[in-house]
Amino acid sequence: MSVATAAPRVDLRRLGITIAAPTLAIVFSLLITALILISTGDPVMSTLDQVWAYGKQPRVIALTVNQATTYYLSALAVAIGFRMNLFNIGVDGQYRLAAFAAAVVGSSFELPKPLHLFVIVLVAMLVGAMWAGIAAVLKVTRGVSEVISTIMLNAIATALIAFMLREVAVEVAGSNNIGTKPIAESGALPGIPLIPESPLEVFGFIVVAALAGVAYTVVLGRTRFGFDLRATGHSESAAVASGVNVRRMVIVSMLLSGAVAGLVGMPQLLGGASRSYSLDFPAGLGFTGIAIALLGRNNALGMAFSALLFSFLDASSIILDINDISKEIVLIMQGTIVLSVVVAYELVRRYSIVAEQRRVSRQLAEEQASARPKEVST
Amino acid sequence: MRRVTTLAAAILAGALVLTSCGGDDAAETTPKDDTGTSAAASDIKVGLAYDIGGRGDQSFNDAAAAGLDKAAEEFGVETKEAEASNGEPESAKEERLRALASAGFNPIIAVGFAYSASVVTVAKELPDTQFAIIDDSAAVGDNIANLLFAEEQGSFLVGAAAALKSEAGNIGFVGGVDVPLIHKFEAGYKAGAEAVNPDIEVQIKYLTQPPDFSGFGDPAKGKTAAAGMFDNGADVVYQAAGGSGGGVFEAAKDAGGFAIGVDSDQYNTADPAVQDVIITSMLKKVDVAVYDFLKTVTEDNFTAGPLTYDLEKDGVGYSTSGGQIDDITDKLEEYKEQIISGEITVPTE
Repeated sequence: MSVATAAPRVDLRRLGITIAAPTLAIVFSLLITALILISTGDPVMSTLDQVWAYGKQPRVIALTVNQATTYYLSALAVAIGFRMNLFNIGVDGQYRLAAFAAAVVGSSFELPKPLHLFVIVLVAMLVGAMWAGIAAVLKVTRGVSEVISTIMLNAIATALIAFMLREVAVEVAGSNNIGTKPIAESGALPGIPLIPESPLEVFGFIVVAALAGVAYTVVLGRTRFGFDLRATGHSESAAVASGVNVRRMVIVSMLLSGAVAGLVGMPQLLGGASRSYSLDFPAGLGFTGIAIALLGRNNALGMAFSALLFSFLDASSIILDINDISKEIVLIMQGTIVLSVVVAYELVRRYSIVAEQRRVSRQLAEEQASARPKEVST
Repeated sequence: MRRVTTLAAAILAGALVLTSCGGDDAAETTPKDDTGTSAAASDIKVGLAYDIGGRGDQSFNDAAAAGLDKAAEEFGVETKEAEASNGEPESAKEERLRALASAGFNPIIAVGFAYSASVVTVAKELPDTQFAIIDDSAAVGDNIANLLFAEEQGSFLVGAAAALKSEAGNIGFVGGVDVPLIHKFEAGYKAGAEAVNPDIEVQIKYLTQPPDFSGFGDPAKGKTAAAGMFDNGADVVYQAAGGSGGGVFEAAKDAGGFAIGVDSDQYNTADPAVQDVIITSMLKKVDVAVYDFLKTVTEDNFTAGPLTYDLEKDGVGYSTSGGQIDDITDKLEEYKEQIISGEITVPTE
């Protein structure tokens, strides 16, 4: 009976701890930001005021949600690796190569709309998985750390795209930009007028991102595969002992991570105005994804909030710049959040271990205390 | 799990800090708002949106900034500058233009081809705002002026200068990033050198591939590339590499060779220690274009459509500061006349 009543109380406390850490981190980074603002002679309150007034415009909200959609997919891809104790730094190269391949394939033919979209997304996922798969194969066959190999693969992806873009690029007359042939209208994913009064629509791909978040939670939390994956992440030897094929898990989880990474470029490619992969296709989203996965603690909902926070900060850099406040403050803030969230989690983790030890020892002491009188009486 | 998390955080934080350090130059130079400092105060507010790099790159963006400053001083217009972040999506560029417009800035000048699609989108939304875009003629609209440069013509002349000055018959070209815009510099340079000496050897090297645009801001890369060319027998190297160009000058100094600057007269802007190796610079007068454009706007004379700054308009050219090419300027002027008259057509690719 005591177990049954104790369980929800512990869960509540754990929830409190889970939320406490990121909140602490954000408050801490706000403090640092405030200090920097003061040291550069910018008024703190009016700066935050400007950011808030700008950020709550419907147009900017739509912009924030759109950027968050891309960030979220990137964070999901990273988180799949994290849960397995794999550090996939290569999400960046994976999504760029995937988006490039999808743009080339998608622009080479026309199909009825849903099918065309499906093919493009499928190509992106396959290419992303394949690129991540190289790192996985190297790891299980040669023991190459995925940290090293994925960083290398990022650089190789950059060179590969630059080379192939020259081969397939169509030049737009008078432009100094080059890109792939635009994908036909049948490959366009219409936006959703989600934000009232906003002239901008939200990427239609937000639906896919939300579904991916749900699938992530269900697969990792509710299936045998997810259990094996988390078990391997916690302790490889324990996983082996309970019959998990670790090599297979490394391959499968890297492939999954890469496939999700393949989705990262899709909102822009299918929902953007140009529908092509050009020189100015957004880069570096894979690294932002790492930060967001850390802040969101690999939790589907937590990462959604983190993605929104990061894209809100990104949007605010535009207005800061225009208001003569150096926009690098946003980078500093994002950096501080990531660093302090890790520190906060570590502190909270140590605190909860100590608290748990105290609780157990108190319980033991109570049991002993209640047992002792009996001993005396006999 | 924890090991990975800590590692990830450490790497990321490092990367973020480095990125923010990289932006320091631009952050330090606070934009000028000289309203009312000049004689003819104007109620025109000019917005200028840079691509990555912004004010302080000692090259392309600084040239645009110089034109803006001059216009601010002479016409008394209020100015505001904004700068792109690394790797941002198109939507962020659009939003920068919209935010400038909604703060009352009109006209808005977009510096760099990356703004092409964004300018088209936003110009349609805001038909009463006047836009200008530099280095792009694909953005077409009733309220868009395209300011273009014949970089290949200017590069032809410095190519000819390099070939005339080279004793080894071997010269080099260092491009910042492998993009079509820089290919124009390369094509003109090569054509100019070959016009003087058909057998000349031209070594070509691009520092980075897009989307890695660090080749426009990494002097160390420029130095390595140029040093390699000097080792391979080149004695003059031309750089179209933005902020990386300083490294090319250093390499030339170390090797006892010569270098050619780009965009502005770098004999005057570069580190005095390397001044003597810069025999000439290919001038791309972005400042003139920006100034002229703002002049037409203050005179209520905005004209949409392309305007090309070439040799004839004196929008591109070569510099003579330092006097190291005084002996060959006659020849260069001859080529210049031939290009203007159409006798020589300079390739762009």
